[in-house]
Amino acid sequence: MKALLILLPLIGLLIANLLPKRIGRVFAFLAIVIIGLFQITLVTCPGSLSGVDPLTLTFLMLIALVVVLTSISSIAFPKTDSQKVNFNSLLLIILMGMNGLVMVRDIFSMYVFIEIVAIASFVLIVFNRERDSFEGAYKYLVFSSVATVMLLTGIALIFLFSGSTSFESIKMALNSSPKNPIILLAMALYMVGLFIKGGLVPFHGWLADAYSAAPADVSPLLAGIVTKTVGIYPLFRVVSLYSVTGPIRTIILLVGIISIFFGALAALYQKDFKRMLAYSSISQMGYIVLGFGCGTPLGYAAAIFHLFNHTIFKSTLFFNAAAVEKQTQLRDMDSMGGLAQKMPFTGVASALAALSTAGIPPLPGFWSKLLIVIALWLAGFKVYAILAVVASVITLSYMLSLQRRVFFGNVGEHLLHIKEAGAELLIPSTILVLIMVGVGIFFPFIIGTFLLPVTRLW
Amino acid sequence: MSAGAISTLLPFGFFIVLVFIIGIYCLLASYNLIRVLLGLELLIKGATLLIGIVGFVTGRVVYTQTLIITLIVVEVVIIAVGVGLVLGLHGYNKTLDLRRARNLKG
Amino acid sequence: MAINIIIMVLFVLAALWTVMSRSLLRGAAGLAIVSAILAVLLFRINSPIAAVFELSVCAGLIPVIFVTTVSLTEPMVWPEIYKHMWMRLRRYWMLPLILIIAGIVLTQIKFNILLALPAKISEPTVGQMLWNLRPADLLGQVIILLAGSIGIVVLFKEKK
Repeated sequence: MKALLILLPLIGLLIANLLPKRIGRVFAFLAIVIIGLFQITLVTCPGSLSGVDPLTLTFLMLIALVVVLTSISSIAFPKTDSQKVNFNSLLLIILMGMNGLVMVRDIFSMYVFIEIVAIASFVLIVFNRERDSFEGAYKYLVFSSVATVMLLTGIALIFLFSGSTSFESIKMALNSSPKNPIILLAMALYMVGLFIKGGLVPFHGWLADAYSAAPADVSPLLAGIVTKTVGIYPLFRVVSLYSVTGPIRTIILLVGIISIFFGALAALYQKDFKRMLAYSSISQMGYIVLGFGCGTPLGYAAAIFHLFNHTIFKSTLFFNAAAVEKQTQLRDMDSMGGLAQKMPFTGVASALAALSTAGIPPLPGFWSKLLIVIALWLAGFKVYAILAVVASVITLSYMLSLQRRVFFGNVGEHLLHIKEAGAELLIPSTILVLIMVGVGIFFPFIIGTFLLPVTRLW
Repeated sequence: MSAGAISTLLPFGFFIVLVFIIGIYCLLASYNLIRVLLGLELLIKGATLLIGIVGFVTGRVVYTQTLIITLIVVEVVIIAVGVGLVLGLHGYNKTLDLRRARNLKG
Repeated sequence: MAINIIIMVLFVLAALWTVMSRSLLRGAAGLAIVSAILAVLLFRINSPIAAVFELSVCAGLIPVIFVTTVSLTEPMVWPEIYKHMWMRLRRYWMLPLILIIAGIVLTQIKFNILLALPAKISEPTVGQMLWNLRPADLLGQVIILLAGSIGIVVLFKEKK
């Protein structure tokens, strides 16, 4: 069953490329939607996937959701037949890569799938062949490859002790001699490599350029799921084999808190819609990493829950940005205004997502941030908890600034003719907003079905 | 056994660190898009040698050879896509100068 | 062991030459030489199959890719190359210095580290290991090659 999640997209990819282009484009799109829905049903029906734990299941569900919604939203951006086939083929490859990433139990295979996802994202960023996207993708490639070399060095040094790259043997090797300097060096290198891939400060240099230069239909995919799967999931998997204590814990907490503040403060000064959302992503990833750095089961569960919420609301925001960009051809926020009157659905979705990011009840962002702060406080990191709350205020301020500049206020003269975005961009937004509001309202239900099983993983 | 392993590992490790330094210096100090890829290649060579020597010291030569083979395949694809990006950027800027490719700021 | 040290010194010198050479074509040739020396090193540490892959792909295919790119983008003429060479050397003269300092520092560090090496086992051949024990890696290689080819198609197809 597990292999189907990789083999089905592969077969779909080969068939879609061998058919004539006019049929191939429809086939590729249907392949993504059907496989994505298949994946979601596999995940939600308990017991159909053997040997996967709740962390993997969460990621599989999020991956399928975001890839299917990206494919639907890409209909709104016109492409020729062969371009459409290529685009959906790349989406199938990213789907395969991420599925493989979260399902393998071997650190080197995880690296191979990380590279698959990286290559597919480079190509997706330059899909429209604009000059800015080449520059953003090149920067991303260089940073990502340096991170790759660090990951490989870490894997090689761990191999010295474990003799194999599978998770169980690494766990045995790491726990048998935890204070060995070579092992500490290996873990530090591996983690720094993951921080670069995940766009955490001070290794975030590629992220703002890549997110804002990517085509409008690719940004929700990148920000919503790719950076998290490639940067945060290996962190959860490998570092929890080691046990988060001592210097490793300090590094994680410091990187988390610095990312939160840097992302939030930088987002305040942005004029470009997507760049502000990119810096906001850096800030929220800092929260996730901070929750993980607590080292307690509550912190771990809170981090995963915040990751889930961030996927939902950041993807919503990027889909709305795509809708705004398509309708107005603008990305500069100062020249927009009053779009809520012209694009009501987009405005409401964006407002709800912005409030969730800032952590306003009853939206789920409030619950996950609250859990992270509680976990930090209980673990004894009271200063970090207070700083996290302060950063929430900054988050609220830049999100409100975004809403005010883009959606509220008076409609500018050049914007009088704008209409609401088409169904292809509204459907993803609506689905995500419904999930968001549902999770927020039914939060007590979520505690039982989601958070407690995840806690047992720790 | 452990001491013998260290004595083979250390000289190799020393030179591997030197190669990493050369690669990182090339990455940081070059103004040419292609030379940056060259520095990247050197870093990957260093990592390849490290995996090879780790396999030799632990006695798992076959395992590390499979890792190296996979790594080489991945490296080729990365360089191919990187070269494609360089050619695309050259098509717009008409130069390979990294300093000209600073359009995105902030 | 002494031969290995000599080959490693050649390796580092070749890498240094590649980075500091005056034109990109020499850089690509230097990369080929570095890969060849790496292949020899891999042969000497009992990894012959990896050495063959390294030789054929990294000392053959990748320099060809680099030379193709250079010829497509940068036909530099000789006076320009000399001017560039002196400007580059001014930026790069620190590198041998850094290497020597790093070398001295590294030789002074005392390594009292105990390695807990894993137990010796008998291993199958490379082919058996790849196919039976690491099928995920093989699948990953296939997928990444497909991704690379789609990427090349997207990057190089001309707009109609």
